[in-house]
Amino acid sequence: MKILVCISKTPDTTAKIAFADNNTKFASDGVQWIINPYDEWYALVRAIELKEADPSTVLHLVNVGAADSDPIIRKALALGGDEAIRVNTENADSFYIASQIAAIAKEGSYDLVFTGKETIDYNGSSIGGMVAELLDLPYISHAVKFTVEGGNAVVVREIEGGEETDKAAFPLVVSCQKGMAEQRIPNMKGIMGARTKPLRVVEPAAADSLTSIASFELPPAKAGVKLVSAETPEELVRLLHEEAKAF
Amino acid sequence: MSVLVFLDQADGHIKKSSFEAASYAAKVAELTGTTAEAIVLGIVNDDLATLGNYGIKTVHTVAEAALNNMDAQVFTNILSQAVENTSADVIVFSNNTTAKAIAPRLSVKLKAGLVSGAVALPDTSNGFTVKKTVFSGKAFAHIAVSTAKKIIALNPNSYTIVPASGSAAIAPFAATIGTAKVEVVSVNKVTGEVPLSEADIVVSGGRGLKGPENWGLVTELADLLGAATACSRPVADIHWRPHHEHVGQTGLAIAPNLYIAIGISGAIQHLAGVNRSKVIVVINKDPEAPFFKAADYGIVGDAFEVMPKIIDAVKKLKGVA
Repeated sequence: MKILVCISKTPDTTAKIAFADNNTKFASDGVQWIINPYDEWYALVRAIELKEADPSTVLHLVNVGAADSDPIIRKALALGGDEAIRVNTENADSFYIASQIAAIAKEGSYDLVFTGKETIDYNGSSIGGMVAELLDLPYISHAVKFTVEGGNAVVVREIEGGEETDKAAFPLVVSCQKGMAEQRIPNMKGIMGARTKPLRVVEPAAADSLTSIASFELPPAKAGVKLVSAETPEELVRLLHEEAKAF
Repeated sequence: MSVLVFLDQADGHIKKSSFEAASYAAKVAELTGTTAEAIVLGIVNDDLATLGNYGIKTVHTVAEAALNNMDAQVFTNILSQAVENTSADVIVFSNNTTAKAIAPRLSVKLKAGLVSGAVALPDTSNGFTVKKTVFSGKAFAHIAVSTAKKIIALNPNSYTIVPASGSAAIAPFAATIGTAKVEVVSVNKVTGEVPLSEADIVVSGGRGLKGPENWGLVTELADLLGAATACSRPVADIHWRPHHEHVGQTGLAIAPNLYIAIGISGAIQHLAGVNRSKVIVVINKDPEAPFFKAADYGIVGDAFEVMPKIIDAVKKLKGVA
């Protein structure tokens, strides 16, 4: 089986969010970059587990980004995977990015494309579905469990208010979330090995952008907390009922 | 021209967040000088004419039992036919797991720019720009959509429903349904619980509650308030509570009217998932807990002493013995 895992570069979950250039650009000074947690902890680690279970599995990683993505790609390779492909572009429109991944997936004839359920920066939840539509493949989103049974993919996915178990033939696209696998820390052997794994940089395919970011905005600051004494918690209930009209 | 809203249904009933999306679609139609129409797939038992109360003129239906479970490819194909049939140039979804499976596919199929996670009406003063959450709720971005057709997936609890009057026409739609490539083997729905993403009130617990055996303090208050229950990431990670209750940056992002956090310190990753709540209440014994900075109301105190008194006060208010 040939698996392609999509990895995105995002600011660390504790990064301070601020904007530059008249609120048109993310202020990246001093920001620590990480592999998008959904891509790393769930998509990549589950793919590595599949390769561990069947060593004939070919596992490739793809990132759509500029050269500053290379450190997180090396970190991903330290966790596992045979080689990585970086599509060299700074364009952040999801349709454009999905078009690049679809081109790579088509060229490499992968049986399975894994993405995270969303990135923690733009929260679009769009790439997996778009790649699937571009390739005319089934798409199972919000997967919490993935196994191969009798040559088919068996996937448990989150639906509104519960879970659904699906079965589909390969090839397909799956977006991954919590439950798929547990976070791993790269070991020294992996880190050393990652240095010599192939990282192929390719130029983007021709594609359109459907959206662009006009500006950013931070939420307004809170007015401050109104504290109620622990001796009179019933006063909190009164305030929520009468002042905040919350129930 | 029209604005078409997708009504999501479960077990024959339109989901609450879809009514919000319908009212939003009606307002977008008003802003763009056109009418709002809706489409629902599968067998629905609700009186769809009441969608008129949300400003919808026509509800298109494809009442096939095969559509009771969502298949992203099948639904996308039907929706693209409906878009053509209604000459829709704006398509609205409520941004739930169903929308996240379909909207990106439809975006590709129609070459329509998608704004996923919208929190406000589009600004049409200069082009077409929609405000959405980014950085997991820590900021907003204004997304300019440059395509002729546009798709907006509205975050639940982002738009206040504007009551309208009228009765929506029901129009059965003869769509080509196609065959699903994904076979649904089984469906396991949690019944009797308020879905977290749609809840008006959420009561949430953290490690401060010391163990799953103490969750009665959370669930009893939630039951009294008709609220959903949630938890912090550590609580889900150590399996005190199921993963689907985890709210925060790597869990679910929610925006209820009232969020009550009990024994949660309020790490930045947790705040990211809840900071769009209208009113935040924090109960924590540590006065230095960062959550108090993001809260509207708070009690510095021991949850095990405070919560029973709060539950009693709510019972009294609700007239429950």
